[in-house]
Amino acid sequence: MFATQVYGDNGKMKEYHYTGPVEHRFSPYSFNGGTVLAVAGEDFAIVASDTRLSEGYSIHSRDSPKCYKLTDTTVIGCSGFHGDCLTLTKIIDARLKMYKHSNNKCMTSGAIAAMLSTILYGRRFFPYYVYNIIGGLDEEGKGAVYSFDPVGSYQRDTYKAGGSASAMLQPLLDNQIGFKNMEGVQHLPLSQEKAVQLVKDVFISAAERDVYTGDALRICIITKEGIKEETVPLRKD
Amino acid sequence: MALSNVVETPASGFNFENVSRNVALKGLLEGGHTKAPKPMKTGTTIAGLVCKDGVVLGADTRATSGEVVADKMCAKIHYISPNMYCCGAGTAADTEKTTDLLSSNLTIFSMNSGRNPRVVMAVNILQDMLFRYRGQIGASLILGGVDCTGNHLYTVGPYGSIDNVPYLAMGSGDLAALGILEDRFKPNMELEEAKELVRDAIHSGIMSDLASGNNIDICVITKQGVDYIRPYQESEYKDKRQRRYKYRPGTTSILTEKIVPLELEVVQETVQRMDTA
Repeated sequence: MFATQVYGDNGKMKEYHYTGPVEHRFSPYSFNGGTVLAVAGEDFAIVASDTRLSEGYSIHSRDSPKCYKLTDTTVIGCSGFHGDCLTLTKIIDARLKMYKHSNNKCMTSGAIAAMLSTILYGRRFFPYYVYNIIGGLDEEGKGAVYSFDPVGSYQRDTYKAGGSASAMLQPLLDNQIGFKNMEGVQHLPLSQEKAVQLVKDVFISAAERDVYTGDALRICIITKEGIKEETVPLRKD
Repeated sequence: MALSNVVETPASGFNFENVSRNVALKGLLEGGHTKAPKPMKTGTTIAGLVCKDGVVLGADTRATSGEVVADKMCAKIHYISPNMYCCGAGTAADTEKTTDLLSSNLTIFSMNSGRNPRVVMAVNILQDMLFRYRGQIGASLILGGVDCTGNHLYTVGPYGSIDNVPYLAMGSGDLAALGILEDRFKPNMELEEAKELVRDAIHSGIMSDLASGNNIDICVITKQGVDYIRPYQESEYKDKRQRRYKYRPGTTSILTEKIVPLELEVVQETVQRMDTA
């Protein structure tokens, strides 16, 4: 089938209704999908991400996790444009090494967060298309989550979801962890088992309704003993 | 001249009544900084093939609205007549209404002439209508049916093009499904083998395409009748959530309560028995 009415009134190419997205001109960015989530507890932190890498309506890889280990107490989750995710994590790794050699100690979670903010703002006018969430333990051993926007604005949180299904996950976390919009419910502190179960359930729900989330879930649990990784299968369709 | 299959003869030439209305609506909405509503697309994998005894059609059941799954169990195989079914890909509303219109017109024709409609007639009506709208109706259809002249499978594109083929796939997952069909299709296949092949083709579309997913529907049309198997295969991914998320009554806070009693007066009372036989 050949389309005769392919150019619209203003000379730009019109989008086809029935195929996937069409590129109009060269864009340096592309959206590779993926969702990340981080939760901070009393003495633990959890960073979780799905492992699907997609572009348009196709899948590039079913096994591309978005959590990257930075130090023994910090994990970063990056989703968005995969090219920028890889470059950004390489830059952070290099800066961590430089810090370790100059100061003879590892960077703390708070310090990494502050450094990432400056790195991202350094590219204010050609940003890294990455949604970052750092999860780890702070100096006192308590769980910490730092969430970022693509140009470096950040804040410390108890829980945060980022990436393509973030709008579906964040309200659920607000309700289950933050106990928002509920009356007469006991505010119990979050235990590690309950937090892991909640993260798994929440990703199962996200995979049902978001096309970019699925395949498998990689969970990194950070405690003072170290970082434990767990993989759970999700919908593959 | 009154056509035997339509109630009103369509006006000649192209009908662009709605173009000026759409432009005005867009101006109104964009001026008020609201976006015009995006139509829901099916983003689909549909496939069909002709076998020895009839025609087998298959479709997935996911409907997407952008990147969100809007419907996990939508029916994409539409009824046209007792001997014809049509799979639709593209904009969901367009495929539903086009096939509904076709079905109504063919019913009128059946009543007028006392015959079952033939597949070529349905295809010509579809082509006529879609070409008249110059592609503005985003419906890609696979029409399959059995009539007195044999088993037929046709595809109709949104711009009005048609093709008569022995096997076919359409939608965003068509390339994946077509790969399977090209590999294993043989003319005059047995029914069970044909059903498995269509199922495998749709399955590959579901796994490779993000906009297709969930369950698989199959429709088998033969001279003896129609077997609409919905779902032919349920998605293997079941809900495996570990915690229960039920809320106690009273969890939502009641801010104010206002009770308005209705003043009713019984004027007349009658009892009518229902025939429950």
